[in-house]
Amino acid sequence: MTKPLDNRAWLLVVPVFAIVAFSAVLPLMTVVNYSVQDTFGNNQFFWNGVGWFKELLDPATDLGGRFFAALWRTLLFSAIILAIQVPLGIVVALSMPREGWTVALCLVLMALPLLIPWNVVGTIWQVFGRGDIGLMGWGLNRLGFDYNYNGGVIAAWFTIVLMDVWHWTSLVALLCYAGLKSIPDAYYQAARIDGASRWAVFTTIQLPKMRRVLLIAVLLRFMDSFMIYTEPFVLTGGGPGNATTFLSIDLVKIALGQFDLGKAAALSIVYNLIILAVCWVFYTVMTHAGADRGVRGDPAAGEAPDHAVPPATTIPLDRRAA
Amino acid sequence: MRGRTLVMILYLTFLMVPIYWLVNMSLKTNQEITTGLTLWPHRITFENYRTIFTDPSWYGGYINSLTYVAINTVISVGLALPAAYAFSRYRFLGDKHLFFWLLSNRMAPPAVFALPFFNLYSAVGLFDTPWAVALAHCLFNVPLAVWILEGFMSGVPREIDETAAIDGYSFPRFFVRIFMPLIASGIGVAAFFCFMFSWVELLLARTLTSVNAKPIAATMTRTVSASGMDWGLLAAAGVLTIVPGALVIWFVRNYIAKGFALGRV
Repeated sequence: MTKPLDNRAWLLVVPVFAIVAFSAVLPLMTVVNYSVQDTFGNNQFFWNGVGWFKELLDPATDLGGRFFAALWRTLLFSAIILAIQVPLGIVVALSMPREGWTVALCLVLMALPLLIPWNVVGTIWQVFGRGDIGLMGWGLNRLGFDYNYNGGVIAAWFTIVLMDVWHWTSLVALLCYAGLKSIPDAYYQAARIDGASRWAVFTTIQLPKMRRVLLIAVLLRFMDSFMIYTEPFVLTGGGPGNATTFLSIDLVKIALGQFDLGKAAALSIVYNLIILAVCWVFYTVMTHAGADRGVRGDPAAGEAPDHAVPPATTIPLDRRAA
Repeated sequence: MRGRTLVMILYLTFLMVPIYWLVNMSLKTNQEITTGLTLWPHRITFENYRTIFTDPSWYGGYINSLTYVAINTVISVGLALPAAYAFSRYRFLGDKHLFFWLLSNRMAPPAVFALPFFNLYSAVGLFDTPWAVALAHCLFNVPLAVWILEGFMSGVPREIDETAAIDGYSFPRFFVRIFMPLIASGIGVAAFFCFMFSWVELLLARTLTSVNAKPIAATMTRTVSASGMDWGLLAAAGVLTIVPGALVIWFVRNYIAKGFALGRV
């Protein structure tokens, strides 16, 4: 079914357009403005062209080296996070109880970390990981590990990754659970009649049905881990040394710490462009996945065991189309 | 069957232990915290909580946070409703590009916007008011609300709109009286997500406030560093920031699964 073309719909979108333009385009223009200028202080600016960008994108310079180091660190972090959280989230979603009061309990407990302010998440793990007063730090030290997240690079990364897994795996799990819930029982019955193994059920029924929500999950997790700031800032402050200085932390250091407006602005723009590019790729894949489903949806539904009961809404729709 | 239960129990334990540790610490005296590790408070004290509830600089932070979160939720959902309707029902010039642009703002790193927001809201005289934070959080909450509501609205058959039009309903009356009740759960979910992301965000909230509108999260970081290591008080403040979230989850628990899939299952 195609939607009617009506440009008056813009009237309904105008308020949203206005507020997002106010809070996105206006500030971005300021950033663009700063990124091509240099200052001697006292609000005296002069034209610097693409100077900042050249410096930023040349790994030989101080700024460029710093930028690429932070960029690789952030990408590595995102990769680790996705590699752990996506499979773990799927496993947890598959382990959800099917019915009864435990479902609501599990959902509420799982969602709890998602609603804790991010700096409190940092604080929780800061306390939990300390050797003197934290259960985890104390326990690891007792077991003979030399664990101190302020001293060792490995320990700092371990703590941050564990913290993020603790914080966000539930999001992936809840998304997958929602996808699993939408699978009709008849699919499972058909699989049982065919004598399909547990693994076959997973790869041919559950995984394809979760594809759409998994895409959303990967997109959200990639974006949020790529711009992570508050939690590692509270936990390690970017240390030891620069070992956990991710892009956002570096950017805030340059912008609000050193007040180096030109450098910070150039970094902001490159950072934003990376995000925009990745976002576009995901968006395209997502809309294509949606379109695929729309085209192939009908024949697939015809083979599905539940097609004996067509949804009531399709009848008037077809009549109208005819 | 037993394997599934075991995984679930292990996972939930992993989630709960750090939170338990925070609650545990908040009920201890500082002396007990620093002198040795105890798995539960041997002498339970509510002194830390009393401090927070009697000191205006502490409980004021909670009021500030809740104020801007509430303003933001109302603005975001209110503006997103008509826009989501337009996206779910019509094609129009530039709709796909506009939708992508909105979505990309949800993904934009707040660190990029911290400094320009500071300049912008200082220039318009909103700095250090809840309005500044509420408007700044619209950057990512409005697109999110549009996205969620569009998903829920597309699930409502268009025949309902047409029938209402034939029955003589004007568009605003139809929207408020018929359409909004149909997507009530979607509105609830959108409000929940706006609440969530506004409540947990700190970078922008801290940058845009100094004294009068300082959020509780910022109060926590500053007061504690100033008074040395008051672990008990820090833990108590942390526990209290978890409470509003827990309450909100409890209210939406039946919609949580569909909500997290943004209405697209």
